[in-house]
Amino acid sequence: MSKEERLTCINCPLGCKVDLIIEEGEIVEMSGNKCPRGKEYIINEFKYPTRILPTTVRVKGGKLPLVPVKTAQPIPKERLEDAMKILAQVEVEAPVKLGDIVVEDILNTGVNVVTTRNLAIKECIND
Amino acid sequence: MNRLDYNLVVIGGGPAGLAAAYEAKEEGVEDILIIERDFELGGILQQCIHNGFGLHEFKEELTGPEYADRFIKMVVEKKIDVKLNTMVLEVTDDKRVYAVNKDDGMLEIQAQAVILAMGCRERTREAINIPGTRPAGVMTAGTAQRYVNMEGYLPGKEVVILGSGDIGLIMARRMHLEGAEVEAVLELLPYSGGLPRNIVQCLDDFEIPLKLSHTVVEIHGKERLEGITVAQVDDNLKPIKETEEYIKCDTLLLSVGLIPENELSEEAGVKLDNKTGGPLVNENRETNIPGIFACGNVLHVHDLVDYVTQESRIAGKSAAKYIIGNVDRRKEEINLTAGENVSYIVPQKLEIKDNERKRVDLYMRGSKPMEQVKVVISAGGEEIMSLKERHVEPAEMLVKPLPQNFIKDLADGSEVRVDIVREGEDDE
Repeated sequence: MSKEERLTCINCPLGCKVDLIIEEGEIVEMSGNKCPRGKEYIINEFKYPTRILPTTVRVKGGKLPLVPVKTAQPIPKERLEDAMKILAQVEVEAPVKLGDIVVEDILNTGVNVVTTRNLAIKECIND
Repeated sequence: MNRLDYNLVVIGGGPAGLAAAYEAKEEGVEDILIIERDFELGGILQQCIHNGFGLHEFKEELTGPEYADRFIKMVVEKKIDVKLNTMVLEVTDDKRVYAVNKDDGMLEIQAQAVILAMGCRERTREAINIPGTRPAGVMTAGTAQRYVNMEGYLPGKEVVILGSGDIGLIMARRMHLEGAEVEAVLELLPYSGGLPRNIVQCLDDFEIPLKLSHTVVEIHGKERLEGITVAQVDDNLKPIKETEEYIKCDTLLLSVGLIPENELSEEAGVKLDNKTGGPLVNENRETNIPGIFACGNVLHVHDLVDYVTQESRIAGKSAAKYIIGNVDRRKEEINLTAGENVSYIVPQKLEIKDNERKRVDLYMRGSKPMEQVKVVISAGGEEIMSLKERHVEPAEMLVKPLPQNFIKDLADGSEVRVDIVREGEDDE
């Protein structure tokens, strides 16, 4: 039993639509990619799609109520929403330094979640 | 009123202002002041928390705040003066800058040179005239981005986004991940202006529908947005009545274009290009007023911050040369004309004699999507260069070098023209 799947290559702005024929979870045919780099991307994207997750966590006593964070490496695409649920529970305390780890080894992916900016303490109410 | 003197005043502390100020300092300008209206440096990058910045500049993928941080550090290390929470009210043609803040009150700053780096603004509902009521819940995508990423508010729970440029796509993912239901992204044109990467990673990943050739024809709701009527559009972009459908939503985000913010420039007497919405500049990024320069999104809207940085370095370096008094000009400028299938070129003119430079980069945009083309640069009707390009897209800036070898032989007052033609066609 073979099935068909269509993916978009994101390597360059051309955005080739690549058609795949899949048999038993393996790509047996690929068409539509205009370069070898596209082929490599599509193989990875089909087998093991990963994404960097940029989002925010709460901050206590900071100049802003949030600090932006990201997964330091890409994590599996299907874990993005689970990672969001964990990060919704996280609160850090100001001051924050860029690169501070807010969650270690999120969802056992081996990937840390780190802050992406510095954030100072809120100095006074009027500030 | 407080009176100050500076060699160089940079208006705006976003990526353009930061790179320009740093470069001017590197080139030997002593007293530089950056004026920023927000409470911190970094500009719009601070709210662009997604990754994808800096691939050209740093050969790595950074988030907006990380990209900003690198330049903020450089400016701080160089001990460049910065005034935050400070609003510039007026710039005069003799380079006096009037500004105001809580600590200093009114400021009058006499500069030898000024760099305009105020960035751009989003087009609003009013700019595109969407009919209907005026409830809360209709806002620009950038406003929502600031609420969600910096201020900790989620603007709504059921969202529709009009406009599929990168900001619209990024906000679709962001709102979805924060728990809102993103009903659809609508795009007036038959193709998206966003990168394929963002279509895949912001829409396809979360099964958010992209409705091409669609627009909003009516807004409903009294206090709060209750829903919108959308319709498909025909080839002339006119809504087709029979295709109207109602979408229930409490939030409509608009990502419908950016406009360079040039109120200050115009008041100073800076002439604008009606194609870019930004100042007309020579290759030094100098406006029609000698000593007033412009760079970044105030000059023309960029798709990559990396290009903003490159351009701002040119402005910073040129301002330094101007201040030091080391600029040699042609008697009459050479006009750069955007020809066939080119919507604009920056700079718009060549004016500077400089045999030390190797080339002048021309930043341009194609006026429609095309494949397998040649970018043809000609002077006095004769082709001087022809460069192949596989793919041209209006959303993507093209950068083409014009070697100094060619420039030095051009006659004062002549014209250089750039056309984009299909390969195999003559440029006639």
